[in-house]
Amino acid sequence: MREARDTRKTTRNTRSSRPTSIIILSFIYLVLFASMLTYISYNSTKNKQKYMNNNFNTRQKILTAQNTRGQIFSRSGDVLACTKTDKKGKEVREYPYGNDFAHVVGYASHGKAGVELMSNYYLINSSIDLSDKARYDSKKQKYPGNDVTTTLSVDLQKVCSSAIPSPRKGAIVVSNPETGEILAMVSKPDFDPNTISEDWKGYLEEDSSEATLLNRATQGLYPPGSTFKIVTSLAYLREHPKDYNDYAFTCKGKVSEGDNTISCYHGEKHGSLDLYKSFAKSCNSSYANIGLNYVKQKTFNDVLKELMFNGKLPIDLAYSRSKSRVRDEMNKGDIMQLAIGQGATTVSPMHMNMITSAIANDGILMKPYLVQEVNSADGKVLESYHPEEYKRLMSEEESRILTEMMVQVVQKGTASKLKGRSYTAAGKTGSAEFNSSLTDSHAWFTGFAPADDPEICVTVIVEDAGSGGSFAVPIAKRVFDAYFG
Amino acid sequence: MKLYVTEIAKYVIALLLFLFTSDSFVALTKPYESDRKLLYTRQIFCMFGVQVSCFIQIMARTGKVSYLFFFAFQIVIFASVIMLFYLIYPDANKVIINNTCMLLMIGIIMITRISYEKAIKQFIIVAASFLIGFFVPELIFRLNVLKRYAWAFAIAGIVAIGIVLVLGTATHGSKITYTIAGITFQPSEFTKIIFLFFLAGSLFREKEFKDLLKIAVVAAVHVVILVLSKDLGSALLFFMVFLALVYIATNNIGYLIMGLGFGSVASVIAYGLFSHIQVRVKAWLDPLGNIEDAGYQLSQSLFGISSGGAFGLGLYGGSPQSIPFVEQDFIFSAIAEEFGIVFAVIMTLICVSTFLHMMYEGYVMHDKYYRLLACGIGISYIFQTFLTIGGGSRFIPLTGVTLPLVSYGGSSVMVTVVMMMIFEGICLVRNFEEAEDYIRHDRGRGSKRDYYDERGKRYEEDY
Repeated sequence: MREARDTRKTTRNTRSSRPTSIIILSFIYLVLFASMLTYISYNSTKNKQKYMNNNFNTRQKILTAQNTRGQIFSRSGDVLACTKTDKKGKEVREYPYGNDFAHVVGYASHGKAGVELMSNYYLINSSIDLSDKARYDSKKQKYPGNDVTTTLSVDLQKVCSSAIPSPRKGAIVVSNPETGEILAMVSKPDFDPNTISEDWKGYLEEDSSEATLLNRATQGLYPPGSTFKIVTSLAYLREHPKDYNDYAFTCKGKVSEGDNTISCYHGEKHGSLDLYKSFAKSCNSSYANIGLNYVKQKTFNDVLKELMFNGKLPIDLAYSRSKSRVRDEMNKGDIMQLAIGQGATTVSPMHMNMITSAIANDGILMKPYLVQEVNSADGKVLESYHPEEYKRLMSEEESRILTEMMVQVVQKGTASKLKGRSYTAAGKTGSAEFNSSLTDSHAWFTGFAPADDPEICVTVIVEDAGSGGSFAVPIAKRVFDAYFG
Repeated sequence: MKLYVTEIAKYVIALLLFLFTSDSFVALTKPYESDRKLLYTRQIFCMFGVQVSCFIQIMARTGKVSYLFFFAFQIVIFASVIMLFYLIYPDANKVIINNTCMLLMIGIIMITRISYEKAIKQFIIVAASFLIGFFVPELIFRLNVLKRYAWAFAIAGIVAIGIVLVLGTATHGSKITYTIAGITFQPSEFTKIIFLFFLAGSLFREKEFKDLLKIAVVAAVHVVILVLSKDLGSALLFFMVFLALVYIATNNIGYLIMGLGFGSVASVIAYGLFSHIQVRVKAWLDPLGNIEDAGYQLSQSLFGISSGGAFGLGLYGGSPQSIPFVEQDFIFSAIAEEFGIVFAVIMTLICVSTFLHMMYEGYVMHDKYYRLLACGIGISYIFQTFLTIGGGSRFIPLTGVTLPLVSYGGSSVMVTVVMMMIFEGICLVRNFEEAEDYIRHDRGRGSKRDYYDERGKRYEEDY
């Protein structure tokens, strides 16, 4: 006892004033915890879908055991995918349109793809009212999952699907440039999602050039060929905003710079040309000349960056990044190749469609979207997507000039098969050589209609078919006709 | 029916916990125990409300009646702990004991859901910890001599963790456990208390830089041993407690800044030297990209936290078992998944309020030794909480420490309960100080007069 009292006395001498250090330390920890809890709440809400869709997340199984997978609808309410339960109680995913929507709607077994993957989170969750859930419980049934309504049009999709006849390979993207809605998306060769389980092994063993499961519309990378002249033209307009009309060139069928020679398609001699004519006739010599002598490397690279080359695209589907860049070490021949869309440049059909849409929409790219609404099975609207500006890719003036140039392509140039219809189309063809032999080329067309007030933007590529004007343009025509007819 | 019960229970649980926590904070504005009576009654009501609602939810989801017995037993034990404590130590800070019991309850409920056997084990350890813990406040109050033996504590601490480094068995790559007579200890947990006594005892009268340097060397020995045992979380914890206490003892922010600067340099060097630190950082920067190896744990933890939404999937509604070591390192993720983010955030706020109570006690203490001890317990508690929750949610790199009181783990629970009880002992000392003040200066404190008279008398009798 005595001992204790003595020590207490000694500590009395060590008494001190109340320190600010304790207040400061408490404050530091309060700030730390406030930021940590904010971060946790924010991060877990923002990434909820991404985490749920991860293949390592086992929670999907809980939800699929609890809810029946929701349905996918077209823009007018046709069922594109639904789950039926057979007599034995086994669930089967049905796709009434079979091959037609194969890639874009996708599949939900053996991994997922398309809308089935994109909207998986909604499809496997059920947001019906608690009282409804109780009713399903009492009947010992699973809850119905949420339904997804897409922007896809069954009519256009069917036209597109039949427009590239088997065994041709290729892709078509149809969108509304004013809203960003994707109206149709086709990739060939396609598959039947109803029998994907049975056919799966075959797809894995097939030749890599076949790649049936690949959605060529977004994941296929092709040399853009002459469609790339849109990009070169934009770079030229940037460099010569005032005097672009003064451009003059005489085409002799080919142009040489040192050892490098660029020839026009089939060696055709286009004679004397201005910018419009060079574009309409798709004169390689003239564009090689523009790329080499009239556009600075920096301007070109800036334009490429603005048009989202080598970068991300604002779409939710799986896609491949387009590649194109003017490098310091490139020689003159490489630069000429680049200007006409050959060489190392590659682009996906979806990306080409987005660039074309921006031209059609006064230079503004609307964010492309495929899902317009998510509803619970009892009809509540859970999410609804509206047209949204993504960004301006070019000035209004530039888009006006490019539109005029693309109209000339239809009126006087390589896409003349679209001439004289009830609508005025604008577009650009391309015949992209994909190996050294001159005969093999992918046929491209990208364009929109009506030219003065665009409603629909179509991009077509057919692999190894020949020239864009003779193979891709007729396909685009069928799509335009179906839309306006 | 079942569905309604589980759905409604979710919201009731979150609401009750919210009320409980807000009272913990309100208590900060009422320094006198006598003003907090209503508040305590409310807290106890909410505490058992949460317990019962969780039990109802578990019954509705699983239908296992065997849990009834277990839960009844828990209620009896926790109720008697609280009642006994209120009787034996009427002047101690009862918010702390309430918070402790609340967190222990949440922990046991969550562990029951993950593994019934482990929950029973945990429960037995909790009961044993309280049995020991009841003596602690009185001991702290009486054993004022402890402050003389700072260096003995230093030696004891170094020996305890040194033995593990040499003889310990490696679990999950870290040498942190030591088995005596079939019981596995984690000495770094117990050393935490010893280390606090060493720091408080050596820092409370040292003023000169030379003395501080001596203490710093001893603290560094602790930290280095822990780093070598690959127990990074504890190493960091010891370091931060040391820095905070030096800062409080000297009231010189320069030491804190210098220490943090030194710590950063040391971390960079450690990053270069140890591959297991590099792996942790890699997993932290991109958990999903490394999900097949280093990022697996963290990714699973993030999946868990995000899947519950605001009010959770309900007990047995999620799949917390998919997170490796969920009941130890990732209990927070399991709670966020099944009780919801709202509940998890409120629960974290209970920890914050506990910390603030401790810092407040330290602030009003006159005796510097006890001030350092109180703040040391507070900092050690809150920093460990920060390491676990921050690590599991990708706010900071994962270090693999337990969430005090909530996580499964015998050593951790026992040590934390004892630490809480040491703090209660310090509250008794503070009351004694106030009573002394009152007697010496004959300062009238209005309505508190009777209270201090009584306190004063009791101490007169004691000595």
